[in-house]
Amino acid sequence: MSDKPKLERQAMCDRLAMEFQDEWIVNLGVGMPTLCSNYTDSSKEIIFHSENGVIGYGPLAEEGKEDKHLVNAGGQNVTAVPGMAIVHHADSFALIRGGMVDVTVMGAYEVAENGDFANWRIPTRKGGGIGGAMDLAACAKRVFIAMEHTTREGSPRLLKKCNLPVTAPSAVKLLATDLGLFEIASEGFILKEYAPGWTLEEIQAETEAKLTLATDAKEFRFR
Amino acid sequence: MKNKIYDSFDQAVSDIPDGSTVMSPGFGQVGVPRNLLAALNRQGAKHLTAVSNNAGTLDDKIDIGTLIEAGQVKKMICAFTAPTHPSQVTPFVQMYNNDEIDAELVPQGTLAERMRAAAAGIGGFYTPTSVGTELAEGKEHREINGRMHVLEYPLPGDFALIRAWRADTFGNLQFRMAQRNFNPIMATAAAVTIVEIEDKIVEVGELDPDHIHVPGVYVNRLIQIPSDGIFG
Repeated sequence: MSDKPKLERQAMCDRLAMEFQDEWIVNLGVGMPTLCSNYTDSSKEIIFHSENGVIGYGPLAEEGKEDKHLVNAGGQNVTAVPGMAIVHHADSFALIRGGMVDVTVMGAYEVAENGDFANWRIPTRKGGGIGGAMDLAACAKRVFIAMEHTTREGSPRLLKKCNLPVTAPSAVKLLATDLGLFEIASEGFILKEYAPGWTLEEIQAETEAKLTLATDAKEFRFR
Repeated sequence: MKNKIYDSFDQAVSDIPDGSTVMSPGFGQVGVPRNLLAALNRQGAKHLTAVSNNAGTLDDKIDIGTLIEAGQVKKMICAFTAPTHPSQVTPFVQMYNNDEIDAELVPQGTLAERMRAAAAGIGGFYTPTSVGTELAEGKEHREINGRMHVLEYPLPGDFALIRAWRADTFGNLQFRMAQRNFNPIMATAAAVTIVEIEDKIVEVGELDPDHIHVPGVYVNRLIQIPSDGIFG
């Protein structure tokens, strides 16, 4: 395993957020994906949707200025911005299943080369935590994943086939890890951008699935 | 007009029998009917089927986890039967691991829609959510407009415990911000709806009929949270 520096979580999320387009409705999963909302590009107007029915919320509230009734999917206090709307949970998921969400960004345990991904259950533990992930994964226009390239023990997470129960089949389009940016195409994982200093061979060594180098592959950029 | 206003939480939940299906909303600690849940905990009804987004949190706030820890809940229907992080070993997790409580795991949107179907008199619906996952196993599948769906059934409740912002004396309800979450769905999906009010109960006619989130016809009992009650 290489000991070269890997990408920071904020860089991974900034890179995914760079893909957001003007007027997109964006749903950010709990945990790392919420970092995507720190990326700002004044040329685009992004509408953040939270599964609890908040459509068009603003940045995290400053300490002491929280509105106790206004939280995002992770229970963090966010701010109201002009144009925000509130619906109840069934209407919030009607919006999701109805195909209004342009992209959902989620964390994952595993992603497979056919776009399957797993993020809700580990068979050694009883039960699972689905939340809104299955609805979002099945119905958002795009699924982006932000996750570390390997497990804490160094096992690969970009796999030929998911070992864990899947959240949705063939869902993932784009994946940012701490080693690069990957697209999922018919031939599997395409390495689009690599962490500074890393080669395809070094990244492949940390990956179970076969990686294909994009014809226009370049160093990872996040600003 | 029938008087729906109660002055004690204990009285408002006194007739909830053992074996009831009790719905209680809340998401991210907002919109949880903590005063009514505390009263149901004191009342002691057992063998409950509880419907909530999750099965309680680790903090010391009163939520459905309080009733689970007290052994009042036989089955949990929710979107999280494992915590988001393995370090969060809640009373539910301990009991579930020991087979001391039953649970049904439902994707969050399907959970909300099953309750809406119950409220709306719909016998079931087909959703693309969960297709291709182990949660769809054994369920009726149907291809509609070229896409595979699974059949889901309505989920009605016997009682809904609700937290709202404002009401009129007839029970017309308004919620504030993300407090709304599952509240209107559960208020309409249960046979008996009991509401704790955070701000105030006003006279009928004072709320704009165009700005009612739950019509009073669904609401059976109302109670204002007193100044020494739980507001968070």
